[in-house]
Amino acid sequence: MIGLIPEMFTYPFMCRAFAVGSLIALCAALLGVTLVLKRYSMIGDGLSHVGFGALAIASAMNAAPLAVAIPVVMAAAVALLYLSENSRIHGDAAIALISTGSLAVGVTVVSMTTGMNTDVYNYLFGSILSMSEGDVVLTAVISAAVLVVFLLFYNRIFAVTFDETFARATGIRTGRLSILIAVLTALVIVIGMRMMGSLLISSLVVFPALTSMRVFKTFRGVMISAGIVSVVCLLLGLTISYLHATPTGASIVLCNIAAFFIYLGISKVREKTYNKG
Amino acid sequence: MSLISCENLSFAYEGVTVLHDLNFTVERGNYLCIVGENGAGKSTLMKGLLHLKKPSAGTLTTGEGLRPDRIGYLPQQTPVQRDFPASVNEVVLSGCLPGLGLFPFYRKQDREKALRNMEALEIADLKNRSYRELSGGQQQRVLLARALCATGELLLLDEPVAGLDPLVTAGMYGLIRKINKEMGITVIMVSHDLKAATRYASHILHLGEDRQLFFGRTESYKKSAAYHAFMGEAAVHIRKQGKAAKDPAQADKGGV
Repeated sequence: MIGLIPEMFTYPFMCRAFAVGSLIALCAALLGVTLVLKRYSMIGDGLSHVGFGALAIASAMNAAPLAVAIPVVMAAAVALLYLSENSRIHGDAAIALISTGSLAVGVTVVSMTTGMNTDVYNYLFGSILSMSEGDVVLTAVISAAVLVVFLLFYNRIFAVTFDETFARATGIRTGRLSILIAVLTALVIVIGMRMMGSLLISSLVVFPALTSMRVFKTFRGVMISAGIVSVVCLLLGLTISYLHATPTGASIVLCNIAAFFIYLGISKVREKTYNKG
Repeated sequence: MSLISCENLSFAYEGVTVLHDLNFTVERGNYLCIVGENGAGKSTLMKGLLHLKKPSAGTLTTGEGLRPDRIGYLPQQTPVQRDFPASVNEVVLSGCLPGLGLFPFYRKQDREKALRNMEALEIADLKNRSYRELSGGQQQRVLLARALCATGELLLLDEPVAGLDPLVTAGMYGLIRKINKEMGITVIMVSHDLKAATRYASHILHLGEDRQLFFGRTESYKKSAAYHAFMGEAAVHIRKQGKAAKDPAQADKGGV
């Protein structure tokens, strides 16, 4: 089986998956820390369903999938923020509305046009084969841009996540910053859902953050750990998926679950030794 | 010119005025306590002073070059913060953000400023500890250090001793007095604790229902009708509570 691993890299599609996947995993994990702490964990889930609807419509119209999905999901992200802050429909309910609504639209469009084929299955559960060369370039450019913007705003994002009132009182434009976070999340969701599948992409956002918070106690520590955990789980998951022909997204999520329990174990052991000492 | 002056200032929520015609001024170096019962609009006024809420009428002017975004603010703690992974240093440094302008990262002088403020509040040894593992009093000191990083002139404190035990409360009041006297920073504090307010503050603003009952120096406040009415009410309230607590005990004894 070890011999299969070098062989894996002779396939261009696997190399593409490793490169692009790592970038996406890193972006998703970093944003995820903020989203989880701001109690916005489900926003990723809602947006990925919108992404499914958009992809279904794009394939019905024979349009480029990402070109349709990116603006639609970004608009949905801003709309979700607006709904949860300015109306009587609160965060979780707004997400439920938008996500089930767009899933319904997507399924209807699919059944009226192509029917449930492999493409649709891949939209839902992801596939490493789905990345064309054009997709790879676009995805790499977008995730690099997300990373740079995130690093430039890192200190402000910390301030807004920790204490929005204080941040607002000291002149940080928290509204604009929330929109920025929502837009970045939307971008990561769209580029990640081709590989992970729209049903599973939000795990890439939530798991590494929650896992890292078991053990690390500073914001920077959690961020760094989340990034590493996310990339390692992605690489492991992809390898398992290649070796055993398991679904890519699901394999990556299973690795994330394992990481979560490992971290949980570490924190329990640490607590015990701490109590003894 | 005063640091802050309010003329006929009013605030409203959805057309309903919750505070009418406030008139008061804050001079550099003052220590103003805003007292009043729950629902008297203390928090609303706080938001107004921070420019987070627009007045519905009247004027709020800041003078002597005080920029509205350079006010140090100590908010009440939120539930999110109790399990937030952040080091003390990260929290205190975030008070330096308004000074950065458009520059994205902290500079050397920001780190030094944060350290100076941690030293002044005697929490420098907690620098690398996690905020969520600290005691309530320590957490308040961290947030106070953050507020100090944001300002050199004016601190706004929203119930800084809520939920702290008496010893820690006394320490906190001591620190606030030190900040006011030694660093020369003007302090505006919202408080429930009338005793401490009249003991430490130089000025009192007493809000009742939806209007201002008193504004002036603490000495004259102690002679005012508003003070005696408030103290009287508080005394009646305590007596009532005492009775309620005693009665069932007596009933028990009677039963035996």
